[in-house]
Amino acid sequence: MRYGRSVLLTACVVLALIIGGISVPACWSQDTYKIGGIFSITGRASFLGDPEKKSLEMVVDEINKNGGIDGHPLEAVIYDSEGDPTKAVLAANKLISKDGVLAVIGPSLTPTTLAIIPIFEKAQIPLISCAAGIKITEPVKPYVFKTAQSDMLAVKTVYTHMQSKGIKTVGILTVEDAFGESGKEQLLKQAPEFGIKVVQAETFGGKDTDMTAQLTKIRAVEPNAIICWGTNPGPAVVAKNVQQMKLDIPLYQSHGVASPKFIELAGDAANGNLLPTGKILIAQQLPDSDPQKQVLLDYINQFEKLYSMPVSGFGGYAYDAMHILARALEGSGGERDKIREGIEKVSGFTGVTGTFNFTPEDHNGLGSDAFVMVNIENGQWKLLDE
Amino acid sequence: MQELLQYFFSGITNGAIYAIIALGFSMLYNATGLINFAQGEFVMLGALGLITFWRGLELPLPVAFVATVAGVSLVGLVLERLAIRSVRKPHPIVLIIITVGASILLRGVGMLQWGKDAHSAPSFSRLSSFELAGATLLPQTLWILGSLLLIVLGLQFFYKKTLTGKAMQACAISKRAASLLGIPSERMVLLAFALSSAMGGVGGILIAPITMSSYDMGTMLGLKGFCAAMLGGLGSSWGSIVGGLLLGILEAFGVGFVSSSLRDAIAFILLLLILYVRPTGILGAKAVQRF
Repeated sequence: MRYGRSVLLTACVVLALIIGGISVPACWSQDTYKIGGIFSITGRASFLGDPEKKSLEMVVDEINKNGGIDGHPLEAVIYDSEGDPTKAVLAANKLISKDGVLAVIGPSLTPTTLAIIPIFEKAQIPLISCAAGIKITEPVKPYVFKTAQSDMLAVKTVYTHMQSKGIKTVGILTVEDAFGESGKEQLLKQAPEFGIKVVQAETFGGKDTDMTAQLTKIRAVEPNAIICWGTNPGPAVVAKNVQQMKLDIPLYQSHGVASPKFIELAGDAANGNLLPTGKILIAQQLPDSDPQKQVLLDYINQFEKLYSMPVSGFGGYAYDAMHILARALEGSGGERDKIREGIEKVSGFTGVTGTFNFTPEDHNGLGSDAFVMVNIENGQWKLLDE
Repeated sequence: MQELLQYFFSGITNGAIYAIIALGFSMLYNATGLINFAQGEFVMLGALGLITFWRGLELPLPVAFVATVAGVSLVGLVLERLAIRSVRKPHPIVLIIITVGASILLRGVGMLQWGKDAHSAPSFSRLSSFELAGATLLPQTLWILGSLLLIVLGLQFFYKKTLTGKAMQACAISKRAASLLGIPSERMVLLAFALSSAMGGVGGILIAPITMSSYDMGTMLGLKGFCAAMLGGLGSSWGSIVGGLLLGILEAFGVGFVSSSLRDAIAFILLLLILYVRPTGILGAKAVQRF
């Protein structure tokens, strides 16, 4: 029995060597540049991690096909965090001590990212997170970057739109989790800058079945508009309740519901809802003058052809991160400090999420052009003119 | 005043659902002395089953309704046959723990079958909401209240007028005496399982159009239903209804007048209070005769 198993093991090792030998082209003259990836590929946040992993692999293959970076082939070592901070920490340690990577892309979530930041700061290895939380890059940490838009920008986009519509008072309804709390904080903080007053602030549980009580409370103070800040399915219940209560004031949603699932869940009630979103949802509707249009269409095309599944906006975070890292790797000679400086110097890079202009003070690099306002009309996203 | 009415409507909608779930708890407790913690999962199966039959397979609503209820009670039957009946030493604690295990299993099956995403169903009727003294009332609320009324009347008829119902009540009073009189008490237990799971299924079907349904929705609803049953007095059908409606209304008022983050806490604070002050519940078995 024991003998049989060791034979099997040997056979596997030999097979792995053969297969491995085939996939590395003989023409590479230089060492491989190893980069790491940590994503929530399975578990609750798999809708983020799965497209991120796929997009990262897609870019790595593309770069290798075009001759690598300065002649060095790229190799991505990707681990699954399952959305769990503990597993993310384990993966980070493995990437640093065992795999010896030059830089890491991910994780997908704010809690997992915050858990591993100290490790990267200590090891002085660049980390490009795909999570949205503003605490990741504020205050600025030398080795930590991120490609996802912050809540701050989403709130700014919503308030700018409200200002142009002459909305002065709002009632806000936020979900009781990290996403909702962070949104609420930004909504309350930025309101005065736009001359808007938050007249009623309510919350709801992620699994609540009915929000009419909260909406009744908001209706009583007669705001000009309602903002709902949450991720599916709560906001769809809010949209349904608003329709049922026949509240005829605009309902703004957050970018947390910017996926076709929201329209499916809310049905008719989604019509007329306004929300900020990355441009990927409405890439076709962008004017040709928009520098992002071509990038987006290429990405959508490439992704859908390779994986035969509809693209989501989230994979773009890893796609952009890899392209940014590739630029920083050029001419770095594989030195981590030079890579870090390289990322800080990336500017004018047009990615899927937006146009990135990194500086030593700004490790997110996105401007407010990363979000656009859309309206839902007859179950379709409709780009709103500024 | 307008707000008060709106909170009240919101409260009775949720409260009626809690009441239907509580009725399931009570019924099973009556017949078997067992608390089935998988009751919430039957609600989940009811809601997602309806979505599959009605939206997925595009069956007409009444057919989908019957198919879902039949399917859920079948699950209840299988649970009784495989997990409860086969226990060698049926101590109540062992059985209750088995139902907790069953709830975890059903949740897992639900996740595999329907995925992790939420699903939604449209309202039963195409009517838009009514306006009543400035507050809006959903047609679905009327459906839910109507169903609750029908279930109560049906149960009343079953217990008072049919032989099977009387036999089940006899089993509840004394299983041993009932079986000495020739009542097949084992079959009564099976029937009680089927009926209580069907009740959970109906609760799920009714709630599907007003909320989002997902594999993990059952846990909270089951606990709320349990609170409602305890509040009214476990084993009493009228108690379940009073407990459910009271819990729903108090929750809505709590959200409206105090804070929206207090919603779930209210149910459990009430449960603790009732266990401390009046363990038999408002209409506990001692205070009121079972119907």
